[in-house]
Amino acid sequence: MTGFLARRLVNYVLLCLVATFLAFALGSATFSPLGQLQGRNPPPPASVIAAKRAALRLDEPIPARFVAWMGGVVHGDFGSTIDGQPITDELARRIGVSLRLFTLGAAVGIAAGVVLGVVSAIRQYRPSDYAATLFSFLMLSTPTFLVGTLLKFGALRLNELTGTTVLSFTGESSPGLPGGWWAHLGDRLAHLVLPTLAIALAQIALYSRYQRSAMLDVVGSDFLRTAQAKGLTRRRVLFKHGLRTALIPMATLFAFGFGLLITSSVFTERIFGWYGMGDWFVYGVTQNDTNIVATVTLFVAVVVLVSGWLSDVLYAALDPRIRL
Amino acid sequence: MTETLRPVAPLMERSSRGWMVVRRFLRRRLSVIGLVCVVLLYALAFLGPLLTPWSYAEQDPTAYLAPPSAQHWFGTTQIGEDVFAQTLRGLQKSLTIGLLVGVISTGIAAVVGTVAGYFGGWVDRILMWVVDLLLVIPSFLIIAILSPAFRGKTWLILVILLAAFSWMITARIVRGLTLSLREREFVLAARFMGVSPWRIIARHIVPNMASILIIDATITVGTAILTETGLSFLGFGVQPPDVSLGTLIASGTNSALTFPWLFLFSGGLLALTVLSVNFVGDGLRDALDPTSTHAGRRRSGE
Repeated sequence: MTGFLARRLVNYVLLCLVATFLAFALGSATFSPLGQLQGRNPPPPASVIAAKRAALRLDEPIPARFVAWMGGVVHGDFGSTIDGQPITDELARRIGVSLRLFTLGAAVGIAAGVVLGVVSAIRQYRPSDYAATLFSFLMLSTPTFLVGTLLKFGALRLNELTGTTVLSFTGESSPGLPGGWWAHLGDRLAHLVLPTLAIALAQIALYSRYQRSAMLDVVGSDFLRTAQAKGLTRRRVLFKHGLRTALIPMATLFAFGFGLLITSSVFTERIFGWYGMGDWFVYGVTQNDTNIVATVTLFVAVVVLVSGWLSDVLYAALDPRIRL
Repeated sequence: MTETLRPVAPLMERSSRGWMVVRRFLRRRLSVIGLVCVVLLYALAFLGPLLTPWSYAEQDPTAYLAPPSAQHWFGTTQIGEDVFAQTLRGLQKSLTIGLLVGVISTGIAAVVGTVAGYFGGWVDRILMWVVDLLLVIPSFLIIAILSPAFRGKTWLILVILLAAFSWMITARIVRGLTLSLREREFVLAARFMGVSPWRIIARHIVPNMASILIIDATITVGTAILTETGLSFLGFGVQPPDVSLGTLIASGTNSALTFPWLFLFSGGLLALTVLSVNFVGDGLRDALDPTSTHAGRRRSGE
């Protein structure tokens, strides 16, 4: 078991490196970081451009640049942006913002998705099942940027109707808010509602579909009938024996869904004005900044692979037959 | 005995596989509605521009930010562009990109999957390694990183990039099917008759997995449209002056709260497109591949 998980971990680290190298190499090859400087009017002296060239190591081959950057990363230094700002400081700030969104979105999405799937499986072909199916199809067909914008729209209407700010939708907190720690916590939570919802809705739709069919497979199985014949209550049969079995295939899906969540968080951060990693990536591409882009890609790869590793662990924990 | 059997024969003939598939598809109401919607959307995208006197790049100086009216069916933008004409143009682009990506990626998947499965050995190992690698790479980020390279160039580059990152899972499925097909009698017979491997793949293996490929192409159309509009929304996909539903929604969202027509129509059409394509894909899956136990649909009691 430990050996298996350790081997998986080594494999993941290699994959992280490959993904980051690819982002770094492609970024270096396609970006023109000097474009902004050269396009200035009046044009800056040639010596300034040459100095910038040297500072960005543009004359070195790409693999050498990557090794130099990666060497810094290993020591906790992610290099600097084109403007010379240290990336590491900004990274610390932004990671917190994004992880808050990820964990809440994933937690809400998984919990609600599993519950919705189980409920529609147990009450198959009832109105509630059809409603859940319709919801899932609609959500899976509507991109996050549309859902996010509509949520913002709805929140504005709600605020107009009630005359107060029930739901806030810009930034992650209100700047310059008076009051103590509790007021700040409440304010942050109020800001979290809409972005979390924007991310979680698609997750709920995805998971509930799979959970429904996994649960249906289990509900019709012999061992559940046996358990019920033994005299267990239906609730106990469904949740203790049924749900646990139906969760096993979901463990793999959670890792896949997390990749989806990261992509949708890029849109959510842009729409709700959160300065997280997704927003930073978009900024990095528009600024032609290789270091930012490579840092975000490394972060995404690590998050995806950690979630994949966690789902391996979850899989082993849920399925008693797995002895690795 | 023979007399009672006789009338059955012509019936059997008529219900060939093709008819069976059509009948199974038609039985699912939502899929039929989806198919009708897809056809109508294509018709709207390509014939709709004939209905309006405005072209998507034209500006009407007498109407800035005008709400929907008889003259401008979907209203106008800040600089007086006709939103109806623009939306249709965007729909055209998104539908075309989706269809092309679906066809190309399924083509790549069929070739790579069958070649890897049929030849096996080191060919298989190399191809599957590429598949694994591409699956791990965050494709959305990579296409976004490459976007400065195709700024100002043709949108076909975007199509190729989208296709390049969407064939891997199907290729794996195709490879698995090929592994079992190549041991079947008709393939062995063809091989012993001296038919070349490429011909066997083209004539005997690919036709036998046509249903999987058709289903996959349909599903890929839906996901490709979502990815393309997402990239375009962030400014990394279709580049101005060209428009896609994604760029329209992006430029509409800034003022969506006060001028909802700027983005409601493009947003609604986008959701409708993907929803219909998904319904068609679902119906095709049930009709062509009755053995598939696909998530969310278990047809007990049928």
